[in-house]
Amino acid sequence: MSGGVDSAVAAARAVEAGHEVVGVHLALSRMPGTLRTGSRGCCTIEDSMDAQRVAHKLGIPYYVWDFSEKFKSDVVDDFMAEYTAGRTPNPCMRCNERIKFAALLERALALGFDAVCTGHYATVLKGNDGSLELHRSNAYAKDQSYVLGVLTSAELEHAYFPIGASASKDDIRAEAAARGLTVANKRDSYDICFIPEGDTRDWLNEKLGAKPGNIVDRDGSVLGEHTGAHGYTVGQRKGLNLGRPAADGKPRFVLEIRPKTNEVVVGPHDALAVIELAGSRFTWCGSSPASPHEWFEAEVQVRAHADPVACTAAVVEGELVIRLNESLLGVAPGQTAVLYVGTRVLGQTTIDRTESAVPLEVAPAGAQ
Amino acid sequence: MSIYLDYAATAPIREDVLASYLQSLRVVGNPSSIHGDGRGTRMLLEDARDSIASAVHCDRNEVIFTSGGTESDNLAIKGLYWQRNQDARRPLVVSAYTEHHGVIDPIEWLEKNEAAEVIWLPVSESGVIDLDALAEVLRARGPEIALISLMWTNNETGVITDINKVCELAAGFGVPVHSDAVAALGHVPVDFAGSGLTAMSITGHKVGSPIGSGALILSRSSKIESLIHGGGQERGLRSGTMNYAGATAFARAAVQAVSELEAFASHTSVLIAGLKAAVAEIEGSRFSVGSAHCMPQTAHFTFDGLRSDTLLYLLDEQGFAVSAGSACQAGVARPSHVLIAMGRSQAEASACLRVTIGLGTTAAEIDAFARALGPAVERARAASAV
Repeated sequence: MSGGVDSAVAAARAVEAGHEVVGVHLALSRMPGTLRTGSRGCCTIEDSMDAQRVAHKLGIPYYVWDFSEKFKSDVVDDFMAEYTAGRTPNPCMRCNERIKFAALLERALALGFDAVCTGHYATVLKGNDGSLELHRSNAYAKDQSYVLGVLTSAELEHAYFPIGASASKDDIRAEAAARGLTVANKRDSYDICFIPEGDTRDWLNEKLGAKPGNIVDRDGSVLGEHTGAHGYTVGQRKGLNLGRPAADGKPRFVLEIRPKTNEVVVGPHDALAVIELAGSRFTWCGSSPASPHEWFEAEVQVRAHADPVACTAAVVEGELVIRLNESLLGVAPGQTAVLYVGTRVLGQTTIDRTESAVPLEVAPAGAQ
Repeated sequence: MSIYLDYAATAPIREDVLASYLQSLRVVGNPSSIHGDGRGTRMLLEDARDSIASAVHCDRNEVIFTSGGTESDNLAIKGLYWQRNQDARRPLVVSAYTEHHGVIDPIEWLEKNEAAEVIWLPVSESGVIDLDALAEVLRARGPEIALISLMWTNNETGVITDINKVCELAAGFGVPVHSDAVAALGHVPVDFAGSGLTAMSITGHKVGSPIGSGALILSRSSKIESLIHGGGQERGLRSGTMNYAGATAFARAAVQAVSELEAFASHTSVLIAGLKAAVAEIEGSRFSVGSAHCMPQTAHFTFDGLRSDTLLYLLDEQGFAVSAGSACQAGVARPSHVLIAMGRSQAEASACLRVTIGLGTTAAEIDAFARALGPAVERARAASAV
């Protein structure tokens, strides 16, 4: 229970369904702040108290469990390591993968619980073959199946999403109000919970320090300097501070981060288009495809709230390779690609590499 | 079913204290008012002052009513530090890291904001303050010391400090000593006049009165700076309308607790001995303070291979209210700073269990707890291993 409205209503529904429910708030920071600031959604004493008051209202015990060390090593340090390696990670997925449905679930099972119940918007259904499947929420705008794409079959067995089939967030808020839960009108959180001011670049600069390097174009010409490649994300346009414009006068975008040479590569908008994604760190969500080494049709989503695009995918030499039917703009290594078949989550991979839809030799920077 | 074994966190209110508290709450009158109603509540307050004075052996004018232990600690430490730095620079504060945060934090505040220098005295493996080290500090730097603050008994482990000895050492150098006696009052004999202390913190809710009433006992001859300015109540050291109902309840509870000391010691020590014997049967358990001189109602253990938050969950689930020692604001059990100060590892300091009992605790309750503890430890280990 984060202290937000979703987990509050999820807990209420679980209680109502007759389960024996215990409220657990994850302490993810050893030094929690006192009050919420901005749009962070948890980890302050205020949030913990909000959750505790909901638990009290529901008549269930409530505990704060300390996962701060594991969160630091598996989520925060991983976040920094990924940026250092020139990738753009999704820490919420890592938290689901390593904390909520791993460390927390393992501890819960060892203590005699059956499942971890959360306020995620996603649905677990039984497939034709009897195995469990993860599906998109009916509340499509709030659908969180993407960040749960890391769940394995074994984890789905112990995952319980009581509000996953809700039509909308408004319904959840109305239900919370009707149940007399004090968090009914609490604002949504959307920032990364461990970045206090919500400014990722400032936070990374502070943690990783300045590492000056060059900003180059695709043929290697130096266009300017940067103070740390971790401050840039593929697809970024603002904040490049390049004195001279491109030859064609069009804006430049970050195309690639090269950690080995500490270079930020920029180029025209067209060059952001990507036609193939691949990653070796992939998992299947529920049962795997019958023949994963043969190309199969699916849809792929590369961000929490992006639209999915049609693709074909297959496991080729230890990599999950995803070929897009139409190109996508600004996909960065480190992001997670989640495969869907209809509403069902099929699996996911952390993207290790992307193939440009516009190879350099066809459209060199500054040409046309 | 709920079995309360966390008296050191707060003790249940005494029935007759509750009755007299309710009675005094019904009496109207600001003790500072000059009319009859004011005189009425003033007399309640002054009677309470007499009672506290008799309970801890001090002059009635030495009792300064406060809201509780933490306020008293702050008033004593900051007040003495500022006073002692008026005529000469005495930057040094001497204490130990086994203290309650009510003492550690104001000292660290002085370090940060008032350029104080702190010496944390070494502590033995069983939690006893090294008084030879204190003597050495006094010899080496006596004139620079603003104050010494050492608790009468430790709230987590129950270990007793030889406060008389501390005061004897300090007296030779004219250094004032403050003692947090919050955990000691009503559990071991506390004699302010006989101790040689300059200041002593006590509170009511550990001996069966409502939370919110405590006192700083400050020797008549001592002046300190006030933290709270206003109407000049309580020797000018603690402004604010006096809580006569709280003081009355506190006094009644303190007098009773002190009169029961012998019965308390014999009742609780038998039960604690039984519990210690049962815990000794659990593999990988350890009584934290060895053979150190300890309060009779406190038992502090560590267990290999578990985390206390998990153990406390499993015990709470079965209705046993116990503690890991100290909890932080957000409800996360943190490693015990007391055990760390005793030289234990982070893992050990995160695997604590504190049981504290009172006259109301029964042998049947201790038996039930002892029976539940073994399986809970086993399960907590399994859950902590993942």
